[in-house]
Amino acid sequence: MGDKLRAKTNKKHFTFLTRRAPYGSGNAQLCLDMVLACSIYDQDVSYVFLEDGVFQLLNDQQADSISNKTLGKALETLELYGVEKVYVSAKSMTQRGLTPDDLILPVEQISTEVLSQLINQSNCVFNL
Amino acid sequence: MKFSIIIYAAPYSSQAATSAYHFAKSVLAQDHEIYRLFFFSDGVYNANRLAVPAQDEFNVQKAWEKLIDEHQLDSIVCVSSALRRGIVDASESNRYELEAVSLSDKSTLSGLGQLVDAGVNSDRIINFG
Repeated sequence: MGDKLRAKTNKKHFTFLTRRAPYGSGNAQLCLDMVLACSIYDQDVSYVFLEDGVFQLLNDQQADSISNKTLGKALETLELYGVEKVYVSAKSMTQRGLTPDDLILPVEQISTEVLSQLINQSNCVFNL
Repeated sequence: MKFSIIIYAAPYSSQAATSAYHFAKSVLAQDHEIYRLFFFSDGVYNANRLAVPAQDEFNVQKAWEKLIDEHQLDSIVCVSSALRRGIVDASESNRYELEAVSLSDKSTLSGLGQLVDAGVNSDRIINFG
């Protein structure tokens, strides 16, 4: 696949909107897997936590009690994978009564207007 | 225009997989190109060759096979999604000493790199499911 993926010369902006709670469906994990794959292949990645997706960022998740991997722990490693543009919807945070202290990592809060600009500037948008 | 289609949904539980199929057909009918089909998550069940739907029902898996074959489409099934759902080709079946081969011979197992590649090389990525 190396020859087909000319990532350095053909870099695109991928934006991922993750809008589901961390457990109960596989969407949050799927989205994370895609984010990491894009970052590994040297793409420009924005990762946005939106609606119930903000719950993925909560402190003190303990998913072993429901026979699951703890997603929050994996999210702490985003920086190591070179995923730096991580955003959370300010509106979704407020609606759910969350403050930055509740979150497992420092994430930039963005307004709905900034989010629509981000989507506009992206080449590929994944929404799940 | 070059399209890639990502399918997250299993057939029969929702309309999404069938909609993806109809979309793919329309794309080709209008002389656009499909760069890649990528079956991800529950979408891997679309490439299950062992499915036997009722005879008076639309057979989603067979429809995909026919479309892929007729247009020589590049159809990729996410290997990690597939293995945990029992969708295996001959080599994975041997490797894990399983009793059957369940992956359609019109599709290939591969990784998420192919999804990134599809994003890089297609004009549009369309998601279903």
